Amino acid sequence: MDSISLLLDGFGTALTPVNLAFAALGVLLGTAIGVLPGIGPAMAVALLLPVTYGLSPTAAFIMFAGIYYGGMFGGSTTSILLNTPGESAAVVTAIEGNPMARKGRASQALATAAIGHFVGGLIGTVALVLLAPTVASLAVDIGAQDYSAIMVLAFIAVTSVLGKSRVRGFASLLIGLTIGLIGLDEMTGQSRLTFGSLHLSDGIDIVIVAVGLFAVGESLWVAAHLRQSKSEAIPAGRPWLARSDLRRTWKPWLRGPVIGFPFGAIPAGGAEIPTFLSYVTEKRLSKHRDEFGNGAIEGVAGPESTASASAAGTLVSMLTLGLPTTAVAAVMLGAFQQYGIQPGPLLFSRESALVWGLIASLFVGLVLLLVINLPMAPVWSKLLRIPRPYLYAGILFFASVGAYAVSGEVLDLITLFVIGVIGFVMRRYGLPVLPAIIGVILGPGAEQQMRRALQISDGNLAGLVNSPMAVTVYVIIAVLLAWPLIRKAFRRTPEHV
Amino acid sequence: MTSSIMDKETVAPEQSWLRRHSELWLCLFLLALGVLVLTDAISMPADFTQRGPVGPKAVPVLVGSLLILISLLLARDVLRGGKGEAEAGEDIDLDTPAEWRTVLGLSAAFLVNAALIGVVGFPISSAIMFWGASYALGSRHLVRDPLIAALVSVITWVIFTQLLGLTLPGGPLMGVL
Repeated sequence: MDSISLLLDGFGTALTPVNLAFAALGVLLGTAIGVLPGIGPAMAVALLLPVTYGLSPTAAFIMFAGIYYGGMFGGSTTSILLNTPGESAAVVTAIEGNPMARKGRASQALATAAIGHFVGGLIGTVALVLLAPTVASLAVDIGAQDYSAIMVLAFIAVTSVLGKSRVRGFASLLIGLTIGLIGLDEMTGQSRLTFGSLHLSDGIDIVIVAVGLFAVGESLWVAAHLRQSKSEAIPAGRPWLARSDLRRTWKPWLRGPVIGFPFGAIPAGGAEIPTFLSYVTEKRLSKHRDEFGNGAIEGVAGPESTASASAAGTLVSMLTLGLPTTAVAAVMLGAFQQYGIQPGPLLFSRESALVWGLIASLFVGLVLLLVINLPMAPVWSKLLRIPRPYLYAGILFFASVGAYAVSGEVLDLITLFVIGVIGFVMRRYGLPVLPAIIGVILGPGAEQQMRRALQISDGNLAGLVNSPMAVTVYVIIAVLLAWPLIRKAFRRTPEHV
Repeated sequence: MTSSIMDKETVAPEQSWLRRHSELWLCLFLLALGVLVLTDAISMPADFTQRGPVGPKAVPVLVGSLLILISLLLARDVLRGGKGEAEAGEDIDLDTPAEWRTVLGLSAAFLVNAALIGVVGFPISSAIMFWGASYALGSRHLVRDPLIAALVSVITWVIFTQLLGLTLPGGPLMGVL
């Protein structure tokens, strides 16, 4: 097959000593940052973006692949040893992982998570190799109206499927869209929301938005409510698994990708739903159902493998459609744009070497993850004891390094701070951060596609829905929007929501 | 359990109505943002060389109107007793009242860095920020804190400028090295 030979070329790129070193560095940095309490994968990737500024695109993305997997694995380590998941994908892991650790089985829990990540990531990435080129070639034919429909779907899905309050989700999305409007209009050069400032007319750099919302907003929010009592991290030894553990984990590992991969690829918010589904499935299928809640190893194996596979699924829609479905993917899309590369169906033909290098380095990153992280787990667990003042001072420090390194302007630091304050207010009043990030990143693209579609139809609004795909997508959007009403109608019970 | 509920009920009236409904400030912010986006969109020159039937105004008008709409919907939700759930996290204790002094201290450290970085260079300015931020967060080691701050910023500066090929201003001190 064609994609196999391209993948082999990709391995040729990824396995050069220099690129291998970058991948290893990425895995190390990603895990180190991801393990730190309070830092989820999205913030880890955003904070580490500036590290890659000086590199060639290929080296940068190879390093990124490592950071991505490392950050995800780091997050589950925190979950298991501290019972405090840094992000939604690791919430489920904490349910069984932490009780295991408290019963003195921290090493087994970490090994189960690491191998689960490896297996899930491996199967997911193989599926990515098989599927992505097909999706890309199908997507080449889709038109501007389809794109704008898909992006609207992403906006609606991210605000209505996830989160507890739709109004607050939409508020967050609109804040993001507003930030995305700042700068020159791409089609006409008209300046919007710049208030005569030359600095704003370039728009606000995506790194600054991401770092501001995630890192600065989080630091300020933690500062307001810093926990004074120390939560104790459980020390971990060298991870290993007994034969009896393996007998219980291999099936959950293999089942994970079946649930995770498809969910990752659709805009339903990444790993949150599939990891929960996997947990429920494993609980139902397990012979040790009574152990669930007290550290059942299946409850770590399944969700971890699922989360890792869903990350690979996320990459399918991110690379082939330019559609990020999670915060991490959104930040990565931002990174692509930094290099002037636009992910989408043409990416596979235009930047073939880069994409296949990236995919190959996903495999390399997975292997490195296993080789580096299993033996180093005791070291990582020490990172959990870092004094909180240093941790959050450090987050603020690296946030400002990142923002300043973009273009060396003090005004960027001020912008970063303002966005950080917005992030703080959002956390205070329960506005989810993900819709805002998706709004900033996809907003401008959605506008261009919509205007292009209307240009083709000469202003006729029917031009937005004149393809089967666009119609289908809008039907899905309508169902999502009407879902609370539909549910009400079926239940026929008054709900006070 | 019952006593804590009682406590809340007795404490609640002491807080002013506006304080309990402070989320309305967020609604006001969204409303103001919406008005801002709308006025900016409307004040764009109309005869601008526009390609295609939809110009640069349409989307800002849409976003601005939706912002106003959502601010009203959110206000309605808040007045009906809805409450945004504050974000929980590993190091977050939501049972304590907000420590505004820590937040202000952290902000001050950040802004001092913004003011100083162009004058004294990255290593010194960032070290001051790190120290200031860890002080604001409650660290009080008079020797260890500044030492760590200095080490972190100098090492970062060396890595970024020497290894990663980025430019961060060294300032007068680094000119000597």
